[in-house]
Formats: sequence, C-alpha cells, structure tokens
Amino acid sequence: MRAFTYERPKSPAEAAAAVERRPGAKFIAGGTNLLDLMKLEIETPTHLVDLQDVGLDRIEDTAEGGLRIGTLVTNTQLAAHPRVRRDYGVLARAIVAGASGQLRNKATTGGNLLQRTRCPYFYDTNQACNKRTPGSGCAAIGGYSRQLAVIGASAGCIATNPSDMAVALRVLDATVETVRPDGTARTIPIADLHRLPGTTPQIETTLEPGELITAVTLPRPIGGRHFYQKVRDRASYAFALVSVAAVIHENGSGRVAIGGVAPKPWRVEAAEADMPKGAKAVADQLMAAARPTDDNAFKLPLVERTLALVMTQARG
Amino acid sequence: MKFDTPAGQNPIDRMTVVGQPVDRFEAKLKTTGTATYAYEYHDVAPNVAYGYVLGAAIAKGRITAIDSRGAEAAPGVLAVVTYRNAGPLGVGRFYVQRMLAAPEVDHYHQPVAVVVAETFEQARAAASLIRVSYARSEGRFDLAAQMDSAPVAPQGEFGGPTETHVGNFERAFDTAEFKIDGTYIVPDQAHAMMEPHATIARWDGDQLTCWTSIQQMNWGIRDLGIILGIPREKVRLISPFIGGGFGGKGTVQCDLVLAAVAARAARRPVKLALQRPIMFNTTIHRPKTIQRIRLAATRDGKLTAVGHESWSGNLARGRTEPTTLSTRSLYAGPNRLTRVRLATLDLAEGNAMRAPGEAPGLMALEVAMDELAEKLGVDPVEFRILNDSQVDPERPDRPFSSRPFVECLRAGAERFGWGARNPKPGQLRDGHWLIGMGMAGAIRGAPISKAGARIRLDRQGVVTVETDMTDIGTGSYTVVQQTAAEMMGVPLDKVVARLGDSSLPETPGSGGQQGAPSVAAGVYAACVKLREAVTQRLGFNAADAEFAAARFVRVIVACRSRWRPMAATSSSRTAWSSAIWRGASRSRPLARTTPRWACMPSPAKSGCVACSQHVPPAASSIRRRRAARLSAA
Amino acid sequence: MSSTGSEPASPRAARALHEPSSHGKERNATVTECKSPGITRRDLLVTGAVPPVLSAMRAPAAKAEAPSPATTMRVAFVVNGTPRELDLDPRTTLLDALREHLRLTGTKKGCDHGQCGACTVLVDGVRINSCLTLAVMHEGDTVTTIEGLGTPENLHPMQAAFIKHDGYQCGYCTPGQICSAVAVLDELKAGVPSHATGDLSAAAEATHMEMRERMSGNICRCGAYSNIAEAMAEVARSRA
Repeated sequence: MRAFTYERPKSPAEAAAAVERRPGAKFIAGGTNLLDLMKLEIETPTHLVDLQDVGLDRIEDTAEGGLRIGTLVTNTQLAAHPRVRRDYGVLARAIVAGASGQLRNKATTGGNLLQRTRCPYFYDTNQACNKRTPGSGCAAIGGYSRQLAVIGASAGCIATNPSDMAVALRVLDATVETVRPDGTARTIPIADLHRLPGTTPQIETTLEPGELITAVTLPRPIGGRHFYQKVRDRASYAFALVSVAAVIHENGSGRVAIGGVAPKPWRVEAAEADMPKGAKAVADQLMAAARPTDDNAFKLPLVERTLALVMTQARG
Repeated sequence: MKFDTPAGQNPIDRMTVVGQPVDRFEAKLKTTGTATYAYEYHDVAPNVAYGYVLGAAIAKGRITAIDSRGAEAAPGVLAVVTYRNAGPLGVGRFYVQRMLAAPEVDHYHQPVAVVVAETFEQARAAASLIRVSYARSEGRFDLAAQMDSAPVAPQGEFGGPTETHVGNFERAFDTAEFKIDGTYIVPDQAHAMMEPHATIARWDGDQLTCWTSIQQMNWGIRDLGIILGIPREKVRLISPFIGGGFGGKGTVQCDLVLAAVAARAARRPVKLALQRPIMFNTTIHRPKTIQRIRLAATRDGKLTAVGHESWSGNLARGRTEPTTLSTRSLYAGPNRLTRVRLATLDLAEGNAMRAPGEAPGLMALEVAMDELAEKLGVDPVEFRILNDSQVDPERPDRPFSSRPFVECLRAGAERFGWGARNPKPGQLRDGHWLIGMGMAGAIRGAPISKAGARIRLDRQGVVTVETDMTDIGTGSYTVVQQTAAEMMGVPLDKVVARLGDSSLPETPGSGGQQGAPSVAAGVYAACVKLREAVTQRLGFNAADAEFAAARFVRVIVACRSRWRPMAATSSSRTAWSSAIWRGASRSRPLARTTPRWACMPSPAKSGCVACSQHVPPAASSIRRRRAARLSAA
Repeated sequence: MSSTGSEPASPRAARALHEPSSHGKERNATVTECKSPGITRRDLLVTGAVPPVLSAMRAPAAKAEAPSPATTMRVAFVVNGTPRELDLDPRTTLLDALREHLRLTGTKKGCDHGQCGACTVLVDGVRINSCLTLAVMHEGDTVTTIEGLGTPENLHPMQAAFIKHDGYQCGYCTPGQICSAVAVLDELKAGVPSHATGDLSAAAEATHMEMRERMSGNICRCGAYSNIAEAMAEVARSRA
C-alpha cells in the first residue's frame, strides 16, 4: 500500500473540491473495496478524502413518492429500511444476498455502485489486464473465465460487475445524483452509470474526475412481487454466477435485470413485453448477443432456468 | 516403556476423567482472545522488525536481475534479502521446496525476496519497489497432458508400494460380467488454515529461537537446522497455539526460514506472516489427482477385480499423493492392481494435506463402488458388507486384530434412516428441491509412534506435564490433561499441560493421526514412573497402590488399609514410551479384553459416512442437509 | 468477443490468449519487467526520511509538488472502555492498530482482505471487518474487541456458551466468531433482515437458518460451525 495523506471534509462541495485539487486523490466511504485494492496496489491514491462527515447518510421520501438514499447510507441500513422492505423488496433482497454482515455494515450505497470487478486476473497484478494497465492484454480471455462475462464484454475485457444492489437498482429504474467539483449537480440514470469496456475497460463509469455521487433516488413504487434470485457456488458469501432481479405483476408482466453475466447489470427493456410468454422468450432476447467462453457458456441456460424459477415463484 | 503386550488392568479403566466430556484445557483462553499465536508474542523481542515476502511473478524460469535499491531506500527499511545475500539454504527432509528462488524460479509465488522494515506497512510497501526481471521458460502445469508419459513413482518413505499386483487383474476384469471403469479427478486443494504461516525469529548469538506455527517440533528443528546449516541443538521452536494446520504446517516452510534469515541480515528479531493471497502457491498443498478405478463383480455382488491407478504431479523429488493406500485394505477381491504414477509439474509443492492419499483415493473408490452397486442393482450398503474383509485383502494370512466395519455400516445405516432412501434418483422432493441420500465406507491407518513426556508433582498437588506435542485444534492439551489426571488421581484443574516447545520431550507431533494416541501413551508411561516414585517415597507397593481424589480435595494414595496424601511427595519424572503397532497388532490377533481406552493401538480406524443433499432441478445448486459419520477406532 | 459496435478483436488481445503476462512489453521478450519504476522524490518526501545506513538511490529532482504531509497521524478512540490515542502511519488498519500498536492480539488477521471474518470487531456496537478500515477513519469511535467482551475471570455469556458447546478447535477464528455472534443477536433484535429472512415485512427470528446465514462472513476451517450455531442458539434462547 503506497503512502497517502488523509482528510475528512465536512460537506459534499468541500469533498469534491478536495479531490479535484489533488491529482491522485480518491473518495473513501466504507472503504471495503478501495482498501482491499490499495493493499494490492491496484488502487494507489496519494490522498484520501473521507466522506463520513459530509452528511449524506439519510433516507428520505421524495416529493414524487419515491425515495432518496444518501450515498453514505450503509448497505445494512438500506436493506433494513421499512420503506425499502415494503415498497422496493427487490432492493432489500439484493443487498442481503451480497457480501457478509460485516461488509454490509460498512459498505455504502455509493461505494457499492462503484465497486470494481472481482475478476481474478484483475486482482493478480502479475497477470495482463487492460483494466489495470491499458494495452497490456487480457489474461482472462483464454484463461479461467468461469465467473466472467458472457455478454457486453469486448475483445479487451470480459470482467463482470459484481454488485447485487446495482442489479436491483437497474430493475427499479433508479437515478444517480451527483455533484461536480465546480458545484454543479446532475442526475444520471442508473442504466447510464456503468460503461461497457469496449476498447477502454479502464474507464468504468460515466462520472467525471472529482464527481461525487451524493444520492440514489428511486421512483415511486411500482408494486408487483419482488424477487432477487442469486445462483452461486456456495449457499452464502459468494458472488453471483447468475442472478435475476425481477418485479412481476399478477398478469405476468414485469421487468427483469440479470447480474453476474456482464460488465453492468443486464436489462433489455424491449424483451420485457414478452414476460407473460415465459422465461425462454425473455431469456432468448436478453442474451441474444451473448458471446460466452467455454468456461462460462453454462450461464446461458442458467439465466433461462433461474428466470423460470422466479416466474414459477411469482405465480405460486 | 514399550507397549507390546496387552495393557491389562490399569488406572485408565476407571474412566472418571478419560472418556468424560470436559471443557478444553485452553477453553477460556481461546474464547477471550488470550491464547497467543505465533505472530503475537510482543514481549519476547522488544526491538522486533517486520518482514514481508515478495513472491515470484512468473510460473517458471529464472531471475535475471533484481534491483532492490528502491526498496532499500524506502522509509524504515532495514534490509532486503534475496538469494544473493541470504547465504546458502538447504532443503529439508520432508518438503522438497526451496525457500528462495535462487535464481531458478520453481513455481509461481516462490519467494524471491523478503523485506525487513520497522513497520509492517513500510515492509509491505517496500516489497513492491523491488524490480525483478525474469526469463520465463516453458513450464509443465497440466497433469492430464502427462498421463501417458508419467512413470510409476518410486516408493517413498510414506504411502506404501506404488505398484502392487495380486492374482491376475487384467484377465479377471476383462472376463467379468459386471464392471465399472471410471476416471475421477480431484483438483488441487489448499489447507487454507485460518492462521497464516507466521514466525518471530530471534538470534541470541548462534542460538535461534522461533515462535512459530508448526505441527511437528522434531521435524521442525531437524529441517530448520538442515536448511540453515546449523546444528539442531541451536534451534528452539515454540508453538503452544497453532491456528490450524491440517498438514500444511507439518514442518518448516518459508515463513520460518525467511524470518530467521531476515533476522540474521537485519541483526534484529524479525516477525513475518505470509500474506494470504500468496499462501496458495508459496506453501505446500494437496496436488491434483486423476484416478482410474476399475472394479468387477459377480452377479451376486462379490468383487472379483479391484484396480486403482492414480496420477499426480509434483516438483522434482516431490512425493505422490498416495491415493491407493486405502484401496489396498478396504474391500476383498482376489485379483488386484494398484499403480501410482508421478508426473513432474512446475507447480507449488504437493505434500501432506489431511489424510494424504486417503481422502481423494477413498472418494474415487467409493464413487466407483456406488456406480457398480447401481449397475448390479444392489443396495450400496449391502454391497460394502458383501465385500468386507476381516483379513488383509492382499495377504489373507494376516487377519485384522479387529475390524468392525460391517457393524459401522449397519449401525450407521440404521441411525441415518437409510431404510427411507429411494434408490432411484430424482424421486424424492421437498418443495422445489430434489433430495438424495448417499454413503461411503472409509478406512485409515492410525499409527502410534514413540512419544515422550515429563511429569512433575509439586507440593500444592499440581501435576505439570510437559511435552513437545502440539495442539492444532485437536485437543492435545486436554488429552494430556485427562490422561495425567486419571493416572494420578487428581482433579482436572490440578493438571497443567505445557505443549509445543521443542525443548520439551519429543513426540511425533501432530501428523498422520498419530498425535493423540502417541502422546497419551507417553504421558501414561511418565505417570507410571511418577506413581512408582510416589509410592516408593510413601513406602507403598506400586502395584497395589490406587491414586484417587478424596472427598476433601486431597489426593490420596491408598494401599489396602493405609493411605497417605500424595502432595506430601513432590516429584518429577521423565519417561518415554514406545509403541510398536505394525508388528504386534497385525500379525497376531490380540486379546479382546484390552480396555476401551487402548494403550494397545488399533491398526486402523474404519467407518462410514452418510449424507443427504438436496438439489433444486432448475437452478442446479447443491446443498447438504445432513451428514453423519460412524467410526470404530 | 466483442459487443455491438466495438472494433474487432485486436491482435494484441489475441496474442494475450497464449501469453499470460506481458505488461505491455513485446510478446517475444524473454525479460519481463515486473515491478514499477523506482521511487520519485515525491515518494521520498511523502513516506519519510531515508535511513542513513542504507545509501539511497538519489532520484532526480521532481517538479514542485504539494507540501509534504506528515508521515503519521494522531487518532483517538475508545477501546474496550479505555480512551486510547495513537500516532499512526495512515495506512495502519484498525486491525493492525489493535494487534500491533495496542497489543490487543485477541482480534486475528486471517486474510487481511475482508474474506474470512477473523478480524471482526464491534465499532459503536456494529460488527465490521477491522482489516478493511483504517484506524484514522475511527476518530472518536468506540471499539469493542474480544478482550472487551469478557475475560477468563468474567466471561461474556456468548464466550461461556462457546466453551460449553465446544464452538472452536484451533481457536483462531473464535474471537471473530464470538464478536460476530454477539452482533448477530443484536441485529436480529434491531430488525435487520438477511438472505434467510422469509417475510421482509415481519421481524426476523433467531432461527437456525437465520443465524447460519448471518454468520456466513466468519469462516472456520476446523469446522466448528454446528457447535457455534448451538452456542448461539442457547444464548438467543436465554434472551428470548
């Protein structure tokens, strides 16, 4: 871990300005992903701006009847919130399906959205990785790729996004609110936050340098039955091979997003019209552009079967 | 004391402490965070410095250059040790791994350097400043690619003969009506004990003391002496608490060597723990095996041919994973073949991990047995019972002294509810889960080796037992404590056990399942001597004396109608025991009257394991619902 | 492998199929530089003085940088009821601050990467992995370690239950298990849901499956899980 300096600003504007002022500075919230990467020198910030005192830790109703979630709200707090459990169950389910109790107590909303891939070649600094070192190659392609992407990847990177929470936010059409160093605020639809790797896998989000996520807002509740079905090698405390976040109404209509298969939560709104036709109709469209490896081709039928399981539960 | 005759009546028979459920000796320490592990001794080396290992970045090749100037100049750094300045390092007797790439890189993450600095953070940061250049060479990493070329392994010190033949296996298999020919692959596995390998090394002149985490003290001082080129008398290892081993801390590994070398270079004591991410390739592991099991049986389920071939790979001079061990003794069958082939692989060393050979070997054999039972239409439990053997299957003239395998199978089946099982797959459901039930047989050698203990009785009536035996979570402290308490007739809280120090009497340590019975025998022997000394001092006849805890919390030694308090004599005795088991117990049937807690060792433990799993058809996850094991020791 | 709209597979990526690590160098090079360039003057300033015994490689003077920061920071927090103040390298995790600086070695380092739970402590009553947080992030916090839960003379009920049910073997995961177990019962009481919770609208109960799920962040390689679950069940019952 390289040496760094550390400060704790008292407001979002101060925080954004602090990061902009120093090249190599990064925000730190819970730190459960950033510190992991700093120990391996995959992240090497020279200055840490600790967000815990900037006051973005509340969950409030919005005027539209939705919910605004401060970026510093911990995963545990978010999953436990009565409105989240009642009105946005898929989000609560997704959060508690991820990580461990200890990690959920420390990880924050913003940090969870920005967590980086767990691709084993990204993590091993002796391996070629275009994400860590642009242009160096991708050792995962042709390597051990069982947990990696089947869709949305590129010739330069097949890493997946590991977040469960993000898949639920995608299916809920969440919006990300930010503030930039110059003080201006903007909103980013969750679908547009994460980028596909293309030829620049090292650029993972559409955030600008120094731009701080301040909140995530949810639209008014859409009702329906909420599901987060996660398939993984262990019964708990493991990343998804495939996950399905779904909201399904009584008439069989609904929406679905898939986790564990792509560099971002995978949702194809156009396919959702066919929800009443069943899992195969939807899965075929969702995964139409899939280019799996030999190691992870099993994810394609697994997506369909997991979606079918969810739909069966919705009916039952 | 030699254990080569039946024990007869002895104090252990009372079973007032032995065989009773008791809290572990160290219960309060472990649950309050006051048991001290290797890295945690803050008072033994006040000016200790921190070491941090850098592992090789390539899988095979050699170091062509190391530029450590940046690391040496980094804040707090006291020394950077590489093969260039480490001095000559040998290789131990049990592990073949070399502790530093020198300059050949034998495997990924083989240590290349160790940095010593004032703080952990400084040492870790400086390690990433070392610039290492490598020349890669072609490596062999694929066991399957070498199946045709791998030679039959030479017989090693462990694991038995690597090729055995009985009868005519090929003919019996070829002509059989019912047979199975299966290939089973077990991947590389890591011990992954919770406590990383860690050492504090302190030189006092040419005397080296290391607080470390190591299972076998005697091998530890032997191997460290060999590796460092110093007499073993100059080495003292201390491991009173070990955070898990499973064979992965059997003897010296790089934490111990590099801490000692680093301490020598920095002229300060050094504490060093391996970082978890490199442990998987820096330390030993269970190597991958590919096993071919061929079994043939008659229509009514009697095995006629038992064939077990196995492949594993290792560094040059490394050992096999001896998977055929259990196959040779578990089931009867007149035509038998075992063969173990050893490939050379440029991976981290393969060596002993929890039931080496037996764990993957039994898995393959038992799966094959299940598959053949299914073909035969025979119940899997009945199939095992049909093929039990009360004699050595390879040498029918040698009976087992006792082998209640069938009793285990029947009792286990009954207790687990085997009768409720539906032999056709996919029939039993619970919601969207499919339920299945399976079982396996098992056999494992349980040797006993020479073990020593020193025992001391003080005027407060406290019995102190000292031995180099280790406790890796196995309860050694409590075994020692219970044995001494029973023998000396004192309450458990009057026995203090001191373990895990190479300066204490030698035992085989924790390994090969021999620890508890061996050290218990050693403590027993020491207690016998102490009892003799006590009774002599009190003027009794040792053979007639009984040591018992009296109502008034004083231990009395009674002989007929006379009794005296034991604490009046304080005494110390060291005794050695040796136990010969192979010769005695396998070639001659032993009297059935030996007491349950046996000074007489049994040659093997046999047993069976059953478990039920459930699987949801849609999502293809597997969950174990219940598991049980019944063993006879 | 390409997503719609991106350019075709690059030759370099294709070669990467057979060359596991090239770090941007020519594929045919037999020498692979595996570490980053030497330190700059800024690094020297940031990380502190060079000990005179080892002659430093003097890097060329760098351009003017921000003022050099202090190499240690003061942080004050309460540990097991006692206020403590430390001067620490900012890189020091809470775990190492406890183990190496305060010499409270009860909390264990099992992986240092948040994957095993052996480092679990309570911060303001909430369980976290102390290896994935910096000590300097905890100014003013209240930290409880295993030593603060109970001592051999004065055991916490959870510690006593672990003893009674033999909920440990080697003991290395045990402090983390116990701290976690205590927090799990508090989380259940506070209504925090888990993956095992059937009905999100109702309060979760201290069932066997709930406790197993909530303890999934604490690994035990010796396999004392079923005894740990029984110890927790006993304490949960005694509080019901």
